[in-house]
Amino acid sequence: MTTQSIGPEGDTTVTTVQLTGSSAPAAPAPVPQAVERRRRLGGVTRAEAGTLLAALAGSLALDWLLYERLLPFSGAQGFLGLWYLLFLGFSYALGIVQWPRLMVRERIVTLVAWSSGLLLAFLIVEQLVFLTMRGLHAAEHGNFFTQTMARTSAVSPITSGGALHAVIGSLEQIGLATLFAVPLGIAAAVFMSEVGGRTARPVRTLVEAMTALPSIVAGLFVLGVVILGFGFEASGFAASIALTVMMMPIVTRAAEVVIRLVPGTLREASYALGGSQWRTVLNVVLPTARPGLATAVILGMARGIGETSPVLLTAGVTSGMNSNPFAGHQMSLPLYIWTYVRQPYPSMIARGFAAGLTLMAMVLVLFVVARLIGGRRPGDLSARQRRRLARQAAAR
Amino acid sequence: MTSAPPFAPPPSATPPELDRPRTITAPATRGDLVFRGVLRLAGYSVFAIMGMIAFFLLVRGTDAFRATGWSFLTTQAWHPSAHVFGIAAVLPDGILIALVALVFAVPVSLAAALFISEYAPVRLRRALVTMVDLMAAVPSIIYGLWGFFFLQQRILGVVRWMALHLGGILPFLKVRTGDIGTSYTSSTFIAGLVVALMITPIITSLSREVFSQAPQGEREGAYALGSTRWGMVRTVVLPFGRGGVIGAVMLGFGRAMGETIAVALIISPSFKFTGHILEAGANSISALIALQFSESDGLALSALMAAGLVLFAVTLVVNVLAGIVVNRSRSGAATAD
Repeated sequence: MTTQSIGPEGDTTVTTVQLTGSSAPAAPAPVPQAVERRRRLGGVTRAEAGTLLAALAGSLALDWLLYERLLPFSGAQGFLGLWYLLFLGFSYALGIVQWPRLMVRERIVTLVAWSSGLLLAFLIVEQLVFLTMRGLHAAEHGNFFTQTMARTSAVSPITSGGALHAVIGSLEQIGLATLFAVPLGIAAAVFMSEVGGRTARPVRTLVEAMTALPSIVAGLFVLGVVILGFGFEASGFAASIALTVMMMPIVTRAAEVVIRLVPGTLREASYALGGSQWRTVLNVVLPTARPGLATAVILGMARGIGETSPVLLTAGVTSGMNSNPFAGHQMSLPLYIWTYVRQPYPSMIARGFAAGLTLMAMVLVLFVVARLIGGRRPGDLSARQRRRLARQAAAR
Repeated sequence: MTSAPPFAPPPSATPPELDRPRTITAPATRGDLVFRGVLRLAGYSVFAIMGMIAFFLLVRGTDAFRATGWSFLTTQAWHPSAHVFGIAAVLPDGILIALVALVFAVPVSLAAALFISEYAPVRLRRALVTMVDLMAAVPSIIYGLWGFFFLQQRILGVVRWMALHLGGILPFLKVRTGDIGTSYTSSTFIAGLVVALMITPIITSLSREVFSQAPQGEREGAYALGSTRWGMVRTVVLPFGRGGVIGAVMLGFGRAMGETIAVALIISPSFKFTGHILEAGANSISALIALQFSESDGLALSALMAAGLVLFAVTLVVNVLAGIVVNRSRSGAATAD
């Protein structure tokens, strides 16, 4: 993280602490309080807040006038969009009568930056809220997680049928895909960072291109090779191979970043003790990078579990339970959503949304776990590890 | 620096060949050789996978290429049973969706990236980065659900207004199919909006990364010359991050081209490229594959494979170029001019 030279108030307090922290406490000079007041560098002045509120209110009023009375507009999105533009205009106009042009431009840019950040936050919250509202209709009935769709038709009530088979299928497919993708991905990452050589760069470029491989192409590939080529039927296994193709580059990229953060001194220490390269990698580099590697794996899983199009081409659709990924069609959550929300029955759409909520919950859990494990640089200790070390030191 | 170095080595008694550094050769043990071989194999597997994808799509698509010849690239129709099919409509329509997505995603992403790296309070930054990462982790079918069941009805008013009032000035905004609700839905524009939401986190996080790498010395120099924060951003951060931003936008474009499920949920497929982005009816190669796959076999499946090969080639070129641009900007070459 960069530290700003002209930052918020935090910087100045740090300096004062360091100054007063010196050993000899100097006698406080009789400073007249009224003269030596610290200037506020950051924060919002009353004039700025007033301008902001006035611009908000004025633009809202004009927006309402234009939208509802004068011009042929309709739709809430348009109302908000026009309000935003008017708000920027009002802020500029109100600013230019008080401050120099340079300052006003600075304020406008700050407003735009803040509003785009808020827009992103709003959008993600809106999606989650929308999904929860629509999904709870079916997901609040316990049967959704204990039944399959085998005995449920379009006219069945919402209290019958569920997505148990899809949850099982999703878990098995993502498990298999993780089993294939993680060793391959981490080995490729170790190759790029530890072995290197002239070929490491093209491998890296290709891995980056593969991260953005259209998921439908991965599905087509597995369809062409595994199903049409080798004659397997569409199954959870075929789907997991398609997911492997999608997950492997994600794991590789994330893992390489973490492995590169392992301090070179640790490697050198291992070599100096006579360790060979494979000993060094297995006993020093990978264990040091373990939390980051776990994060890489989990982020790959979070990506893989939501992939729809590869699964669509390779897993086949079934409404009944099939817990064997190697034989027969197998449902998974994304496929369940895709299948049922496109049917013209409200209860089926509700089930699709409930499956969407379930899928999103799984992604969220994976994401949060990844954040909890990761986020530290390799070699940094967690609070618990530090406490344990302190205990051991005290006991000795 | 043409003058002699100030500390020339004194003419010493030791002969110069003893001063030369010894070359150190560390013989690799057998275990190391095996280990490196295995790793190398894993690294090269990327080439193998990508090569196999291209090869098998080509093999499986050969029937389709043979059936149509060059007209595969010029036909605006999809009737595999009649041997009349081509990508002349779906490829440009997919590009159009991606372009619409870029028009909306790029300004928002750049502003958001600047916000996170420059304007947001330090305490908020980590949370914001996490939020953008989370946005990138949301499955595409969830975006599709949101776009189809939530956004579509709510955006109709704006779309209709644009078609009626801007259509006269900008012909590509015109809607020629009448003024009823369904003539504005399932369009290139709405699909592009949803895809914009999906590529926003990608462009944002990449640009934020390059922005935050802008050198501290130049930043402080700008401030010391009396610059405002925006002045500093405009003269230091943006020029420094230009290469990375271009690469990020290209990566976003590649991702938008390959986006499948959300597009397939929203559009109603059409096989005529009109260029009227607000009209109902749109298509893209990936959506075509997803929607046609279940009723395809034989030549129809081969045709989908051929279309998939085209998509693969286009996205691969875009992504590799983007990767090269991003890497070059990371190594600091963008500051040379």
